[in-house]
Amino acid sequence: MVKRYSVWIAAPVLLIVLPQIFDSGFAITMMSEMCIAIIFALSYNMLLGQGGMLSFGHAVFYGFGGFISIHAINLVTDDIIVIPLELIPLVGGIAGFFFAILLGYISTKKAGTTFALISLGLVELVVACVLLFPSFFGGEEGVSGDRMLDYSITGIGFGKGVEVFYLIAFWLMVATALMYLQTQTPLGRMANAVRDNPERTPFVGYNIHLVRFFQFALSGFFAGIAGGLLAINYEIVNSEMIGALASGHVLLMTYIGGVGHFFGPILGAVLYTFLHLTLVNITMAGQLYLGVLFIIIILWAPNGMAGILMVHQPVWRAGLFKELLPTYLMALGAGLVTFFGALILVEVNYHLSLSIEPDKPMQLFGVEFLANSWPPWLFSIALMAAGYFMLRPIIRKIGLKWDELTQVMQGGK
Amino acid sequence: MTNKIALNLVDVEKRFGETEIIRGVNLAVKRGERHAVIGPNGAGKSTVFNLISGYYPLTGGKIELNSQEINGLEPFQINRLGLCRSFQVTNLFAKMSVFENVRCALLWSEGYKYSFWHLMVRQKKLNKKAEEIIEQLNMSHRSKIPVGELSYAEQRTLEIGITVAGGADVILLDEPTAGMSKSETEQAVELMKFVSEGKTLIVVEHDMGVVFDLADRISVLVYGKIIATDTPDNIRNNKAVQEAYLGEEEEV
Repeated sequence: MVKRYSVWIAAPVLLIVLPQIFDSGFAITMMSEMCIAIIFALSYNMLLGQGGMLSFGHAVFYGFGGFISIHAINLVTDDIIVIPLELIPLVGGIAGFFFAILLGYISTKKAGTTFALISLGLVELVVACVLLFPSFFGGEEGVSGDRMLDYSITGIGFGKGVEVFYLIAFWLMVATALMYLQTQTPLGRMANAVRDNPERTPFVGYNIHLVRFFQFALSGFFAGIAGGLLAINYEIVNSEMIGALASGHVLLMTYIGGVGHFFGPILGAVLYTFLHLTLVNITMAGQLYLGVLFIIIILWAPNGMAGILMVHQPVWRAGLFKELLPTYLMALGAGLVTFFGALILVEVNYHLSLSIEPDKPMQLFGVEFLANSWPPWLFSIALMAAGYFMLRPIIRKIGLKWDELTQVMQGGK
Repeated sequence: MTNKIALNLVDVEKRFGETEIIRGVNLAVKRGERHAVIGPNGAGKSTVFNLISGYYPLTGGKIELNSQEINGLEPFQINRLGLCRSFQVTNLFAKMSVFENVRCALLWSEGYKYSFWHLMVRQKKLNKKAEEIIEQLNMSHRSKIPVGELSYAEQRTLEIGITVAGGADVILLDEPTAGMSKSETEQAVELMKFVSEGKTLIVVEHDMGVVFDLADRISVLVYGKIIATDTPDNIRNNKAVQEAYLGEEEEV
């Protein structure tokens, strides 16, 4: 019992303590963005993981949540309506829910490829609307607002980033708990049933279109909450938030985290946001590394980070993880060598093609060298080859070790 | 009084493009009857089931369930009117456990609809009912296992369990014993007798032992037409049936 609820106690404690430890502006911004991404990714997994609906346009509801929220904030500022800032995310949620109902009824008629393509079409439709209705979407520069409203339930001014973080953290807990509970309801379970076998579901009395539609609408609600929080956090919302790229981000982070487990998207959102925000500052090739990570996950760990963790759970329980650890560390070492080789090649090429002065020496890990000289190229290729030849036997060894452990565990039963 | 007929097919036709698969099927199944449909491969037995359950639309004729016309309705609507069916190829919710499978099959009939405000763990009556059904299937010890990991015979048993869980009173089973061993088949027949107690059962079956053991009446479907509907004894002695189908298999 204690174990079952321990996560729900530990998470809020962590959320309260973290900004006290990491109190720099950058850290607070990053953690706020992580929390918003978690809500967004979990709402996306209500479609993909739970309902088997691959959407390329989930940011539409995130975006509408953001735009309606920022307009609501401005209306409060202008004394036209009265909503305390703490409840603005709920406005975003209702907006997401409303647009999901409006746009989802048709697209949820079909699953699979048809659904995916319609979702893509909806993105195009909405992006076209951004240009058509500049008064609502604010054109290229977007819509800005001032989150320091006169109305507040808690009496907090929300001038400081950390105050906003706590508001986001509160909504994160509420939204995550609700989304988790939803998986335990008849609708949540029937969404699983429709995902597993849409052919059979009608023969237990359910209209699969309506199951998908209601699931879609609820998912839009939570995406809208995330959008509302983003509007509060940055006090500006623009068309970037509603477009195909934002929809792509949420797909990537959900997949990287793992669609098969409820907590998967949480891991994915944290890692992806961290990498996204740090890599952009370090290298021009940030997006490329994220793309490679995505491909690696799709190919070799289709259940994502959560899948990797869950595969090891029985091994860990049986106390056999230490058997795997040495080979894993070897694989990590060899993997890093390969990666380091590839990294040099990527950075050298980015420097040559994108830098203002490609002929000037470039710096990598404190070493200065010329990008258009042969040593870095040779070094890079040598590293990659060495890493590859080290990795191959290690991977075979891991496979053998797994067979061995499986036998031990089955024998132990 | 017309209520004596549970399921009534009148001149049912089905064409796929130019090909006529079902060429005017007439069949009246009485309430409480156990009715078997037999016939050579490709006669259209499964197609008849797909037409009755709304999986395919009819090309012609009509189908009545408890005197209510059901052709043109969606499968889920037909199911809600009290007709359930199993599939020839096992058709379960593969990633979910045995318990979850049975519980999902119960949800609509227990009135939960599309609720997202009931927590499943708290629904004592629902959970108890699911456990009872699993016990009747003799699968209590397998309750938590994902159905993808069950043995073939277990999956077939669960297929029947899920079909009847919702409590529909007209039950269609499509080759429930296909691919089972002799002892597994015997168990499956016992289960079919048990679950169809007081209900109407229509079964497509290739195993003649099962058919003659189970059925009150038998219909013989050949090339999309029913050539005879009668008691097992009369079917056995029917010349046309023997020629068309039975003879060869009976001699084995």
